[in-house]
Amino acid sequence: MPSDVADTAVVDSAVVDAELPLDDPRALAAVSLIWREAHLLDARRYEEWDGLWAEGGEYVVPIDREATDFASRLNLVYDDDRMRRMRIERLTGGFSIAAAAAARTVRSVSRFVVTGREEDALEVCSAQILVGYKREDTFVLAADVTHRIVFGADGPRISRKIVRLVNSEDTVTASGFLL
Amino acid sequence: MTVTPDIASLAASDRVAGTLYTDPGLFELEMDRIFHSTWVWVAHESEIPKAGDFKTTWVGRRPVIVSRDRRGGINVLLNRCRHRGASVCETPQGNGNGFTCPYHAWSYALDGTLRGIPYPEGYEDVVEKKDLPLHRLKVGTYAGMVFASFDHDIEPLEDFLGGARLWIDRFMKQGAGYPIKVQGEHKFRFQGNWKIQLENTTDWYHFPIVHRSWMSSVDAETASMLSIMTDETAVTHALGNGHSVSVSVAEHADLDVDDGTEKLQDRFGHIVEELSKDMPPEKVRRIVRSLHGAGFNLNLFPNIAMSMSFFRVLRPISVAETEIRHVALGLDGGPEIVNRERLRIHEHFQGPFGFGSPDDAEAWNRVQRGVAGGADMPILVNRGLGREKPNDFGQATSHATDETGMREAYAKWKRMMTDAK
Repeated sequence: MPSDVADTAVVDSAVVDAELPLDDPRALAAVSLIWREAHLLDARRYEEWDGLWAEGGEYVVPIDREATDFASRLNLVYDDDRMRRMRIERLTGGFSIAAAAAARTVRSVSRFVVTGREEDALEVCSAQILVGYKREDTFVLAADVTHRIVFGADGPRISRKIVRLVNSEDTVTASGFLL
Repeated sequence: MTVTPDIASLAASDRVAGTLYTDPGLFELEMDRIFHSTWVWVAHESEIPKAGDFKTTWVGRRPVIVSRDRRGGINVLLNRCRHRGASVCETPQGNGNGFTCPYHAWSYALDGTLRGIPYPEGYEDVVEKKDLPLHRLKVGTYAGMVFASFDHDIEPLEDFLGGARLWIDRFMKQGAGYPIKVQGEHKFRFQGNWKIQLENTTDWYHFPIVHRSWMSSVDAETASMLSIMTDETAVTHALGNGHSVSVSVAEHADLDVDDGTEKLQDRFGHIVEELSKDMPPEKVRRIVRSLHGAGFNLNLFPNIAMSMSFFRVLRPISVAETEIRHVALGLDGGPEIVNRERLRIHEHFQGPFGFGSPDDAEAWNRVQRGVAGGADMPILVNRGLGREKPNDFGQATSHATDETGMREAYAKWKRMMTDAK
């Protein structure tokens, strides 16, 4: 499981503007990656999605929206590399009846704000609106999303993704797809 | 509303009518005759440990508050102001001095006593505060499990639990010397009748089929532990009053019993190593053997199950919709590494993104959809009838994949639905 990771991306909130700094080419690269990720998840191209991750990535859908120490509490998703890959295997392996009957999803990600800058990484917050459809039912899931994007020799990769659903502390009904 | 006149004919000993999942009239009667009459689980004491602690929940479709008052007593109060009916608390869990209605600020103490009415002169010779406390439910606790009933003349909780008490006691042994505490919960809904979930807790027949993806994602030792189809020690007992228990890992049925032959699972090696730094080996072994919880699923009619390492709570929303909560448990005051491991095990299976629950929810929804195909066609709960025998306590007993627990639940359902006061 992921170790406790401090909020390393937020370096100095006084310096960081709540804006997308268009003068920083990394910001556009990060947003482009996040959009590509959304595209792959809607298309359920999970193997390719896995390729967007940096080694040691942390993928969390917490229940407590205020939580920063995810390891000590119950989450909806709390994945390290191993768990994320098992999750992909579950969704693609053909043995899960929920995955076989997965809802169709269309999501948009917007309201991008750079909330942290480091030499080799950006933290980007965004709003995600997902519309899902399954068996006569169309539903909406909304979330604040935080990505930490690292910039290495291979280009930008996701090193952390935290999806804070607006209704995470209430009933969450999801079926066979990923946020 | 379609109320079937002859309810008794809907539930035979080995089958029930499909209308039990679909008839809104039956659902209304179930709320009155079952959920608003019998003992319904509302909390675990660890959720409200201190004076002033409270949580909001439901008994059937009625909103209630569970609170711990200044004297340490547990109160279950209808979450409805006695004035004009507003809910007095919409906080899921918290600590406070009492509850104040947001509409006209009538204020109630933690035990429901009406303490204050603003501008009281309008009520002179009209209202006495002592006459208008929040409506109180009868409260019973057993082994930290808090139950409530709208029927103040109901049988004592201990009698209601009856043969289930032994299994509740055994379930709590997974604390390995520490009290059990609630560590959080997953909450989701499925489009289906509540009894579909009620049946599921002691249904090991579905496990290797519905949960194949989960089985293939865990280590071989854990998968082997739950390979019960051919395990003759995996049995279900009907415990009376609608309750049943299904034993999946017989060597963990009573975690105090250990002949020393069981090998601790390799997956917990890092925990053994960590605990062994300052704990004697026998205590480490006791804790690690309990990491998957107790070796059985205990189903308590009508709304709570104690399933291996978690509580399953069901809340009927409508005839075709049910809310499920999977409550994660830990060791109160126990090693942090153990409680974290238990959280990870819970996340792996439970919740809307778990590797198990979504497949269950899919199967249950398919039952609700399919049963619309023929209201008169029966739901079969006859598996194992030919091999069911009484055990030493006279409890009907059969293999864990058999439908003995469902038959027990439906017998209780039938009694409650036809013995209306």
